[in-house]
Amino acid sequence: MSKQRIDDATGVETVGHEWDGIEELNNPLPRWWLWSFYACIAFAIAYCVVYPAWPMIDKATAGTFGWTSRGQLDQEMKAEATRKAGLMAELDEASIGQIAADPRLRRAAIDGGRAAFKVNCIQCHGNGAAGSAGYPNLNDDDWLWGGDVATIHQTLLHGIRQPGDDATRMSQMPAFGRDGILDAAQVQDVVSHVRVISGQEKPSGASQRGAEIFAANCVACHGGSGEGGRAFGAPRLNDAIWLYGGDRKTLTQTVTNARYGVMPAWGARLDPVTVKMLATYVHSLGGGEEAPAPAAPEAAAAPAAAK
Amino acid sequence: MTTIVEKHKKLERNVTLLGIAAFAAVTVGGIVEIAPLFWIDNTIEKVDGMRPYTPLEQAGRDIYVREGCYVCHSQMIRPFRDEVERYGHYSLAAESMYDHPFQWGSKRTGPDLARVGNRYSDEWHVQHLKDPRAVVPESIMPTYAHLAEHDLNPGDMTAELRTLYQVGVPYSNTDIEKANEDLKAQADPNADASDLLKRYPKAQARDFDGDPARLTEMDALVAYLQMLGTLVDVNAPAAQEKLAKEKGR
Repeated sequence: MSKQRIDDATGVETVGHEWDGIEELNNPLPRWWLWSFYACIAFAIAYCVVYPAWPMIDKATAGTFGWTSRGQLDQEMKAEATRKAGLMAELDEASIGQIAADPRLRRAAIDGGRAAFKVNCIQCHGNGAAGSAGYPNLNDDDWLWGGDVATIHQTLLHGIRQPGDDATRMSQMPAFGRDGILDAAQVQDVVSHVRVISGQEKPSGASQRGAEIFAANCVACHGGSGEGGRAFGAPRLNDAIWLYGGDRKTLTQTVTNARYGVMPAWGARLDPVTVKMLATYVHSLGGGEEAPAPAAPEAAAAPAAAK
Repeated sequence: MTTIVEKHKKLERNVTLLGIAAFAAVTVGGIVEIAPLFWIDNTIEKVDGMRPYTPLEQAGRDIYVREGCYVCHSQMIRPFRDEVERYGHYSLAAESMYDHPFQWGSKRTGPDLARVGNRYSDEWHVQHLKDPRAVVPESIMPTYAHLAEHDLNPGDMTAELRTLYQVGVPYSNTDIEKANEDLKAQADPNADASDLLKRYPKAQARDFDGDPARLTEMDALVAYLQMLGTLVDVNAPAAQEKLAKEKGR
């Protein structure tokens, strides 16, 4: 240890200790650093006064600003609701048909519907509404229950096969194999017939036997030529679009165990305006039909977006 | 100023004294930050509807932990507009009061699951867990098809519930005694679950995995997921008003 001394080269006092000849200059802290440090202390004190900070008996000090994270969220949500209020009130008052007819409201509803779709619908119907096995593609004009905007709205409001909702879309295909209505060979015959009318196989003996079984068991819902029936949400079978799959294995499963696809009744989960916006958005995706929907089946061959 | 610096040198040059002083500083900081969590309303408030998990939900929760779901999924919705609009009402502390350990998570590779309950159908969950790409083509989640193949074998649920009781989860004696029966009853569509539903309000009893004949790990996990965030009615207007007005948060 040496004594404090003035360093010759710089004229600055040393701190007074020395290791192996190395000494340290006792320069003061840079002013900018020191003042920043004091400013931080001042900021911390001010922060403690105006924001919630110190935990007391049952809660922290409230702070003179009265700020809370939950209160701020509440304000933001309310501000957003106020910003949209005018438009939302208009959408609320307009019927689903009026929205479709008014370009300004329709555009607003499509925007709002797109946002709501991303939160509530993409998990099943997919990011681009293209669906996946068991969940319909909403971009095409192959509709199970009908594709005009009022019908889509009705389907959204009451869901599909939702117990407890009187207006829900309801139908149940019999489990032809499991319940013993058809034996395994007959199921295969029907599958052959379905694959023939959908253009995947050439007619055969099996498919001819299947056609008879089809005529006896399936036409009530799926129609004589497999054109489907919207009253029962019965899919069209004579095209290339499949809900669960058109290969032999999947069709065998479908005929044997039947399917029972469900969709929530969104009327019970979302506010009426959001449901209207969703209906308008889904209708706008590409397959939307004119209202009122004509009873005639679609004439155009559906695009091969296999599902 | 100089005198303080001079006195401070005593601390700096005495390692024992420095150790003691450092420990004292950390202790004060720790007490101020941690201790109040045991008494301030914010963290101990009781809310209506929260109940201990049923044995099946608890078993599903154990699978959730075993499979490391928390590595990618949080269970904590923060009070920000973007989170609330996507996931639902922000989480309350009381909603994880019976979690041992809690599953808040720290990273969201997948979405938050705090309110995933009743958002999707059981079929969706089973399909998604077996092959996430089947319903969400862009998903990077691993497949958990093995859950549907393995019978649920959670060990003695009576012992597990008793252990949880000892760390503060208020199971009743009946809950603990009947734990193993409850486990089976909740996922068996033919069993009488009325007693279970009475003791565990808002519990959902049905076959979850689409295979009523078996009780699989899939049943338990889906039962747990379908319960998440459904117990407390946070969206009641009264609850909203109260939460927004509380100060000192």
